[in-house]
Amino acid sequence: MRLAMVIDTKKCVGCSDCVVACQTENDVPIGYCRDWITETVNGSYPSLELELRSERCNHCDNSPCVRCCPTGASHYGTGGTVLVTKNECIGCGACIESCPYDARYQHPKGYIDKCTFCNHRVKEGLLPACVSVCPTKCMYFGDLDNSHSEVSQLLRNRKYKTLAPEAGTKPQVYYLI
Amino acid sequence: MKEELFISGRNIPNIDPVLHVWHWPISVDVFFGGMAAGLLFFAALFYLLGKEKEMPSAIKYAPFMAPVGISIALICLFYDLTHKLYFWRLYLTFRLESPMSFGSWVLMFITPLSFLWAFSYVREVFPKVNFNNEILVVIEKFAIANRRVMAILLLPLSISLGVYTGILLSAFNARPLWNNAILGPLFLTSGLTTAAAVVIYFAKNAFERQLFNKILLLLIVVQSFFLAHMILGYFAGTEIQLEAVQLLFEGKFGIMFVGFVLILGLLVPFILELFTYQGVKIPVIIPVILILLGGLIFRFVMVDAGQMSRYLY
Repeated sequence: MRLAMVIDTKKCVGCSDCVVACQTENDVPIGYCRDWITETVNGSYPSLELELRSERCNHCDNSPCVRCCPTGASHYGTGGTVLVTKNECIGCGACIESCPYDARYQHPKGYIDKCTFCNHRVKEGLLPACVSVCPTKCMYFGDLDNSHSEVSQLLRNRKYKTLAPEAGTKPQVYYLI
Repeated sequence: MKEELFISGRNIPNIDPVLHVWHWPISVDVFFGGMAAGLLFFAALFYLLGKEKEMPSAIKYAPFMAPVGISIALICLFYDLTHKLYFWRLYLTFRLESPMSFGSWVLMFITPLSFLWAFSYVREVFPKVNFNNEILVVIEKFAIANRRVMAILLLPLSISLGVYTGILLSAFNARPLWNNAILGPLFLTSGLTTAAAVVIYFAKNAFERQLFNKILLLLIVVQSFFLAHMILGYFAGTEIQLEAVQLLFEGKFGIMFVGFVLILGLLVPFILELFTYQGVKIPVIIPVILILLGGLIFRFVMVDAGQMSRYLY
């Protein structure tokens, strides 16, 4: 099983519902976030192109954060998701330094925190909180190893990109373009 | 035009607007770690070469700074952890691919050795010291009897510690300014340079002073070569590396890197040492302080500027 997220940038309106849902579901402390919205504007007026992306940990196949963790607190969980075991984390910050997406942060309690693809919900057969609340249904979540899954079909039929593929991390959050 | 901004109001402490998770303790840690590594390397090397009488500063006096340096480095490392009570987790696993894990194990072995090495020379360096405790006497006898074994162990351990201070940074490919294989040898050489300066400060005889004068000149040349190699590597690199290297030559880091590291930390001491080599009398403290400050500022620049460099997407 290879869990992945596909986000349609043509449908995202940048409402930040996914951000609020994540903060609520995962009890993210005030001032912090596990996901966020990025707005990119390309071109020059009047030929401008706007892209909205809901970004988070990319749960990379080749995760530098897992590789550099000195205690093994950062590890691969079910379906290739990248997780942090709080009681093994020493808060050295090496994983934060190693992430090209700046997707991790130091929780006020000291350990390193990040998106988990809502693994506690996925275990119960639910979708991640961000995906379940998206009002434009621009986010998809599923198993890439299953060729019949919605995410597999989308990636077969649509053009897509990943963020900073040149970093060699093999990110598993795909953006339909 | 390409403009990118967070519209969901992201402002995470130490991450936004620029990454600054590693603060001054990391810079201080890699500086003192590198200096201690250099001191122990010279002590072990010259001991094994049988130069104990000719080189008392390198073997007996200067190594007293090694346990002090390592202790400061360890305190800084611990201070910078945000989940401190779990630090012992470092020693429940060994992960060769993680420089921090590798480094913490090296420190685990080199720290007691550095204390033992200095302890074995306490009564020679401080003749007035008299141990009243039997345990201390036993430890001292053990340390003196095993100096050769310690020196053999210290050689690879000190090189590993010196290289570790560089690969701690270079292993992160997410930070283009750090992701350069030359950082390991460069930080090792810089650590050896600062150690050589400390040895010169403690030098007791002309022979040792002159030998370390030559060693220091050679190390500055090698370090300059590595620095040039590093900078040329960035300029021959991709866009993210070209953007990263600008940090070293522009703004506040530009002044610190060019002014305090390259000119005051390497060029000026090199010229002063060259004059000293030719017999001109220059107070020893001047090049020593310049080299130590240059080494410290170099670490601050690399740690802080490195965190500001990032991938563009």
